Amino acid sequence: MNYDVELRNHLKELRSFHIRLAIAAIFVVLLFCLLLARFFYLQVIRSEHYTTLAEANRIAIMPLVPNRGLIFDRNGIALAQNHTTYTLEIIPDKVTNLEAAIEELATLIEITPEDHRRFNKLKRENTRFKSLPIRTRLSDAEVARFAANRYRFPGIEIKARLLRHYPYAELLSHVIGYIGRISDKDLEQLERDNALENYRGSSHIGRIGLEQSYEKELHGITGFEEVEIDVAGRHVRTLSRTPPVAGNDLTLSLDIKLQQAAETAFGDYRGALIAMDPENGEILAFVSKPGFDPNLFVDGIDHLNWRLLNESIDRPLNNRALRGVYPPGSTFKPFMALAGLELGKRTFSYSISDPGYFSLPGSQHRFRDWKPGGHGRVNLHKSLVVSCDTYYYMLAHDLGINNIFSYISQFGFGKRTEIDIPGEVAGLLPSPDWKKKRFNQNWFPGDTISVGIGQGYNLSTPLQLTFATMLLANEGIAYRPHFVKQIHDNKNGQVYAHKAKPMYTLDIKKENMAHVRNALVDVTRPGGTAARAGANAAYTFAGKTGTSQVINIKQGERYNANKINERHRDHALFTAYAPADNPKIVLTVLVENGGSGGSTAAPIARQVLDYFFLGKMPEPLLAGTAGNPQR
Amino acid sequence: MIDFNRLWHYLTRYVDNFLLGGIFLLMLIGLVVLYSASGGNLGRISNQIVNIAVALTVMWLMANIPLQQIKRLALPLYIVGIVLLIAVALFGEIHNGARRWLNIGITRIQPSELLKIAVPLMMAWYFDKSEITLRLRDYAGATLILLLPVLLIARQPDLGTALLITASGFYVLYFAGLSWRIMAGLLVSAAAILPLFWTFAMHDYQRKRVLTMLDPSQDPLGAGYHIIQSSIAIGSGGIAGKGWQKGTQSQLDFLPEQSTDFIFAVFSEEFGLIGNGLLLLLYLAVIGRCMIITANAPTQFTRLVAGSITFTFFTYVFVNMGMVSGILPVVGVPLPLISYGGTSLVTMLLGFGILMSIQTHPKLVKT
Repeated sequence: MNYDVELRNHLKELRSFHIRLAIAAIFVVLLFCLLLARFFYLQVIRSEHYTTLAEANRIAIMPLVPNRGLIFDRNGIALAQNHTTYTLEIIPDKVTNLEAAIEELATLIEITPEDHRRFNKLKRENTRFKSLPIRTRLSDAEVARFAANRYRFPGIEIKARLLRHYPYAELLSHVIGYIGRISDKDLEQLERDNALENYRGSSHIGRIGLEQSYEKELHGITGFEEVEIDVAGRHVRTLSRTPPVAGNDLTLSLDIKLQQAAETAFGDYRGALIAMDPENGEILAFVSKPGFDPNLFVDGIDHLNWRLLNESIDRPLNNRALRGVYPPGSTFKPFMALAGLELGKRTFSYSISDPGYFSLPGSQHRFRDWKPGGHGRVNLHKSLVVSCDTYYYMLAHDLGINNIFSYISQFGFGKRTEIDIPGEVAGLLPSPDWKKKRFNQNWFPGDTISVGIGQGYNLSTPLQLTFATMLLANEGIAYRPHFVKQIHDNKNGQVYAHKAKPMYTLDIKKENMAHVRNALVDVTRPGGTAARAGANAAYTFAGKTGTSQVINIKQGERYNANKINERHRDHALFTAYAPADNPKIVLTVLVENGGSGGSTAAPIARQVLDYFFLGKMPEPLLAGTAGNPQR
Repeated sequence: MIDFNRLWHYLTRYVDNFLLGGIFLLMLIGLVVLYSASGGNLGRISNQIVNIAVALTVMWLMANIPLQQIKRLALPLYIVGIVLLIAVALFGEIHNGARRWLNIGITRIQPSELLKIAVPLMMAWYFDKSEITLRLRDYAGATLILLLPVLLIARQPDLGTALLITASGFYVLYFAGLSWRIMAGLLVSAAAILPLFWTFAMHDYQRKRVLTMLDPSQDPLGAGYHIIQSSIAIGSGGIAGKGWQKGTQSQLDFLPEQSTDFIFAVFSEEFGLIGNGLLLLLYLAVIGRCMIITANAPTQFTRLVAGSITFTFFTYVFVNMGMVSGILPVVGVPLPLISYGGTSLVTMLLGFGILMSIQTHPKLVKT
């Protein structure tokens, strides 16, 4: 027992506490007096000095916004540029009666209710000292009319601004994207990226497409100007200037003429087309139809146009090439064929007798071939040329879903290609694990069968099909698909070129690859499903037709295009590469509700190839002229 | 039918009306100044109103929790806080060169904010536990409780918060009866350590802030800009001020951070010395009420907690006004109840909720 230990004396503690509290209170009052003394010093004794400082001209740092980098196609044709346009701007605080002033203004210059609403929205979102546009893109006549009457409108000025302009509008909306006004969310993101400083004064930022993914390159470096301004905030003179550095220019691999040819070949159909150089992954054409006019978004889209775009049944805002997922249908078969050969489940000579359907052992359910009555004796070569379904039902059954999944995923199915525009989706290559996770159901043998012909749970984007077809064209070498070929650095004048490096190389036996490639050439020859599209071609090309089911056909019923609502008709697919022996171009064509691949998609591909190799401009196909169903 | 009298009684049972009135007035002034500082941006105003609503709810909840429950929370809260701080040091997100944020999936949190309440609670709990007269080793133990989080936060680096938590812990030590001699000793040794701290522990930007405070004209476009511009704003306000929304310094965007840390400069410019005096009086009234609650607190634990909360609040006010008027270095401390922002507001009102709980819950009679 320690004798020093005392039990606590609460009364004594309380007294000591109260004394300390009183001392602290005195301390608080003293420090507040100190603050008050400081305020007295600043606001009474030195008040005159500081008032002079506040009222005298003073220095403000003004940001100088850099010009946004330009975007060119592979031949130097401008795809995104900056136009000088005149805008009419109001500083709300400087106008005594805003509504009256706007009304008077409207007698000189057309101000639509839409303009007015947009201005009111900006006014709510910004401080009253900021200059806000009420009308953009003034005509020369309007500029002149306002200039003559300027004295009547203090606080309202005409400003020259650089406005982003996309000359090809709908044609490239899904590639280039657009820029839009910086939102609060963008500001938060910029702050997180420590980039806020560089956006002082910037009003726009890349929203989708290349404008978004290359924002860092395109924006440029903000400059600064030290200026003297007076009490009213008016600019008196410039003291020093650090000029801005324009954003870097992008040169794309895309060929705008080829893009136009592809667009024309499509006619009125909806769908997607991608053309790529298999030797390096450069995108040559990238069509998603219909598109939309990105110029509408630059200054904030108005309500009506937004509704038209957003609610259109054609879904023009949907980037079908990048984000549209479709069952790959029969275009899946070449990869199945390689799986069968490489995994030892099929030989070149092995053949089946096709009765026109396949049933699992012990089951009544018939998986039907597209051709009633079947194709007779079918080996691997013929199975691709005539696109025999039964052959692949059997092959899928023999391979099993796990083999299919692990082998086919090497071709990029179910994975993003990592193309350099944002928003790509991964599609779906189904597996038992996936089904368990997604539906909490076991994989049934029947699920495997339809996967074999690219239906069932299978989903791919046109971009993925292009990637997979590149692997056929290249005999197994994969390049990352990309749009940007060169970046021109405006800071130091250097040009950085994209260096194509293979992402990976698949190890596939030469003779297996050659066998499949030969069959794909015969697809475009008499007897093949794309024979009509291949007729009289001046070059050899290989391809595979496909049809992607939109609705299920019941057992015992037949697909009849004429009886089905146009929007429920099958999607037509065609994947191709040419010339067949030394491919320079890989193509994927998807025609929504186009019927069969051979009759709709392959002819479009042929026209694009004719332009690519022969410079022949296509004649548009007309929608609804699908011929006999062929797959 | 709802009985409104009973509902009202239920809602206000544990609320201290005088304190709430003071807080309300200060927050109202905050909104008025914010309107002017943000150039009439109603978005900011509505955000701040949401912040206020959330903070008031937190305050009400705290006020309704009896003291025994709060006391039980002290240790777990402290441990959670320390664990989070360690997590920040290991996996925290870096923003503007400081590792302060922790991403917990739904949102990002700043654990140092939690410690502002947890540290005084924990120290008070620790002192209250002792059955015998406090000895030097008890004070040493409490100091360790304080130093662990402070060092972790200073490392982030977030010197402002570290100093404020040190202050809140120091107030607990002081009210627990730390001898005057030791406090004098601490002061002397602090003065001795300061040069070492200056050379070895401080970051360049921190040293620069102190130097700039001593002579703002040295760096008129960089760190000194804040102080010069806010001094001009305050000084040009004069005795009566320029009037609401008429301050040129703030309206022409010469003031930095004018909705948050420097909002006092906007107030000063527009309402002048008279406004400043009234604002100080209002703060003094709130602090005075808190001191009365502290004096009447029934137990050692509540006294220490109340004392610490009261004087930490005072410290915020003093440090912010001192910084904006150029007598203290620029540290990122908001003006409590007036600056724009939700985090500090919630922490402040949480503290006031505890004070209200201390004041309004039935006091145990000591035998």
